[in-house]
Amino acid sequence: MRKGLSFTNLTALALGLAFLYLPIAILVIYSFNTSRLVTVWGGWSTRWYTALLADRALLDAAFVSLRVGFISATAASILGTLAAVALARARLFRLRASFSALLYAPIVMPEVITGLTLLLFFVAIDLDRGVWTVTLAHITVTMCFVTLIVQARLASFDWSLEDAAMDLGAPPSRAFLAVTLPLIWPAVAAGWLLAFTLSLDDLVIASFTTGPGATTLPIRIYSDVRLGVKPEINAICTVMIATVALVVIAASLLTKRRAAH
Amino acid sequence: MSEGATQGGRGMRRSWTLRLAILLPFAWLVLFVLLPTLIAFKISLSQTVLAQPPYVPVLNPSGGWDAFVGFLNALSFENYTAVFTDSLYLASYLKSLQVAALSTALILLIGYPIAYAMARAPRGVQSVLLILVILPFWTAFLIRIYAWINILQRDGLLNQLLLSLGIVDAPIAWLASDTAVYIGIVYSYLPFMVLPLYATLERMDAALREAAADLGAPPWKIFWQITVPLSRPGILAGVLLCFIPIVGEFVIPDLLGSSSTLMIGQTLWTEFFANRDWPFASVVALVMLVILVGPIVLYEHLQARALEKAR
Repeated sequence: MRKGLSFTNLTALALGLAFLYLPIAILVIYSFNTSRLVTVWGGWSTRWYTALLADRALLDAAFVSLRVGFISATAASILGTLAAVALARARLFRLRASFSALLYAPIVMPEVITGLTLLLFFVAIDLDRGVWTVTLAHITVTMCFVTLIVQARLASFDWSLEDAAMDLGAPPSRAFLAVTLPLIWPAVAAGWLLAFTLSLDDLVIASFTTGPGATTLPIRIYSDVRLGVKPEINAICTVMIATVALVVIAASLLTKRRAAH
Repeated sequence: MSEGATQGGRGMRRSWTLRLAILLPFAWLVLFVLLPTLIAFKISLSQTVLAQPPYVPVLNPSGGWDAFVGFLNALSFENYTAVFTDSLYLASYLKSLQVAALSTALILLIGYPIAYAMARAPRGVQSVLLILVILPFWTAFLIRIYAWINILQRDGLLNQLLLSLGIVDAPIAWLASDTAVYIGIVYSYLPFMVLPLYATLERMDAALREAAADLGAPPWKIFWQITVPLSRPGILAGVLLCFIPIVGEFVIPDLLGSSSTLMIGQTLWTEFFANRDWPFASVVALVMLVILVGPIVLYEHLQARALEKAR
């Protein structure tokens, strides 16, 4: 497309970005408000952040979420990468259509359906609901996103490199680990990050599949939010936003430097 | 590189690793996606009881053939007729489809100019803009909706602003209204529309539009007759990526809407969590799935074709 921005283009960009960022900016600013009332500006303060550190239940929920996110993102990266490699390399014949249908379904399907069907499944096989059922549910959904990202990378991958390694006598698994994996690594890492944040973010699927004693951070925030706006929630949201922003920016800088090499 | 040479020739050598690579994720998806849907179908034909699990009949594998026949006889389509005859559920489905259609149209209208401007920006700026559009998408969904509660509540910033500017005399009840639901949905799903649109617009050949301009076509005509038709794949992908999940949306109407904006995701949630009617919740979910099968299959087809093309 021809480059160059007209006045209309610039307006669209400015309005669009303002729309995307203004609500988040307001939330962040008000998390530093001394006043308990969100409507009154009482001056800058970090008291709601110190209050967070004393909130045992909230910290526990954050820990549950981090644990679920870490385990499910790691498992999803392995399964998702394998699926992408299988789709790119294997002769699947008729299976290909049903395989990719199963892969794309959790991405587009409304979360209430995924959550409900998974819960009914866990009950049917008599699995105790808790941290592990949430983790299994998150692996299932996020692995499909990992596949999507890795698949896009593999579309332009030169398989003759892996073939060369095997011609030189490397067994297939070793050729994959020593040649292919290091080359597609940025895509796998991006997939892991996406899986991690999706898991950290999820309320609906976790609500269906969780059990006693496994309250994730979104479930906890949701029950607070239903009761109205509280400055503590602004503070915990700001912490989450800052963490994600730092990770995403660091990741994009890393891949950019890699690309520049 | 020909596919036959690499795959045919080495088919034997790589067999067990590749088989594992296929088998593991495939088995996982069959177990955790296909099987749960089938179980939900079975439960949708059951009746609610006060027990654990809260439905009958329950299949008893040790009962043999007679137990199986008895189990099949106890299943019924009663719940399905109930969904289609009860006006509450029909209204809920229609409301969801209406909200999804209207908000998808709004997102397209707002997203197109943004994606168009992004595609026209200089290369270096483009990657920054891309990060800026993706970043809110990485921020928790719940947080973004909560941010809007901050703004839209009765004594929130929007009302303060309108009051101080003298536009309104009394605060407006923004929350618990259709307007708030539309704002929340448009805000949350905007990146899902902008990204696929940007991807197609960015790849578009500038020569086509320059040729049209050289032949004397006015800018609006170039836009409608060249840019828009060529960006159709992006429009379709964006529309599907928004429409399908919005139909089943729960969090946004629950936090920003009122009881008059009861969407089907909320109805399902209530059936399950408040009424503990698992069979009925399954019926609601499966009927929603049937409604969405067309758009989902279309989206999968587009995805597969896009990847095929990229190869």
